Amino acid sequence: MYGWIFRHLPGPLWFRILTAALFIAASVLVLMQFVFPWFSQFNPINDSTIGGN
Amino acid sequence: MDELLAGNKAARSRQARNRKRMRAARARQGFVRTLIQFAGELLITAGVVVLLFVVWELWWTNIDAGNTQQNAVSQFARNFQGPVTPAAPQPAGTPAKNYGPPVVMPAINSPGEVFGVAYIPRFGKDYSRPLVDGVARAQLDTLGLGRYESSTMPGGVGNFAVAGHRQTHGAVLDAIDTLVPGDKIYVQTRDGYYTYVFRNDQIVLPTQGDVLLPVPTQKNAKPTQRFMTLTSCNPRFGTQERIIAYAVMESWQPASAGPPAAIAAQVAANKSKG
Repeated sequence: MYGWIFRHLPGPLWFRILTAALFIAASVLVLMQFVFPWFSQFNPINDSTIGGN
Repeated sequence: MDELLAGNKAARSRQARNRKRMRAARARQGFVRTLIQFAGELLITAGVVVLLFVVWELWWTNIDAGNTQQNAVSQFARNFQGPVTPAAPQPAGTPAKNYGPPVVMPAINSPGEVFGVAYIPRFGKDYSRPLVDGVARAQLDTLGLGRYESSTMPGGVGNFAVAGHRQTHGAVLDAIDTLVPGDKIYVQTRDGYYTYVFRNDQIVLPTQGDVLLPVPTQKNAKPTQRFMTLTSCNPRFGTQERIIAYAVMESWQPASAGPPAAIAAQVAANKSKG
């Protein structure tokens, strides 16, 4: 899959490496900024309050 | 000669047939191969994402929340009216100045509002974290120390109860188990400084809400003392239990009297950063 994507990126090799790195950075950013904080609410391992819930 | 040629031709066509069959087989194989490779790459990706989540949870949330808390402390310090140098030390032998009953802020009950700063020298001499109203995730995951809205405000008769993470999101109460009876917990609000003295801790089940009562764990008791209760996770990376730290207020001084000497340097540092 990743090989296929890499082969289908446009431009010379250095440009494709750059694009790939950019894609990876963008996915990490989206995960860290949006996906993980959202997912965190289902994670019961860091509830430090007592009673009530 | 003709026979030979005919034989050659037959062999060649047989070869061609074989080749075609093999190519078809290879194509089929190739498809299965691609499918397995695709699935494998997806699984590897899932593993990397899970690892990244662990990195985010255990490392990045601390940095992120640490910055938010630092900014909140700075902003509080900027708005704080009062000197940041302690009053001149009294000559030895004179009793500590008595400022009368503490001024207690009216309960704000607006989740997310920073109303004070806590200083706990046992957690580090530069430990200062914002006190925020509310104990929902939105508050504890960002600003750190949240006040249970059912509890009193700092200095009030009854129980001023605060929750904070043991790990992740700033890990504001990570060192809660290192408190030693007699340790001071300083709370600063716009009105002044409340000095609580740590008395004991207790490990309870997450359902034991009576630690938040005006007299902790005593139902229907009429409070006469000013308690402070800290709650956090126990064990350090788990939530099977809660660790509770109880403190009692020892003294109070108004903002105009300056901070207690023990935290004066930190109060001044926060002010200069603000």
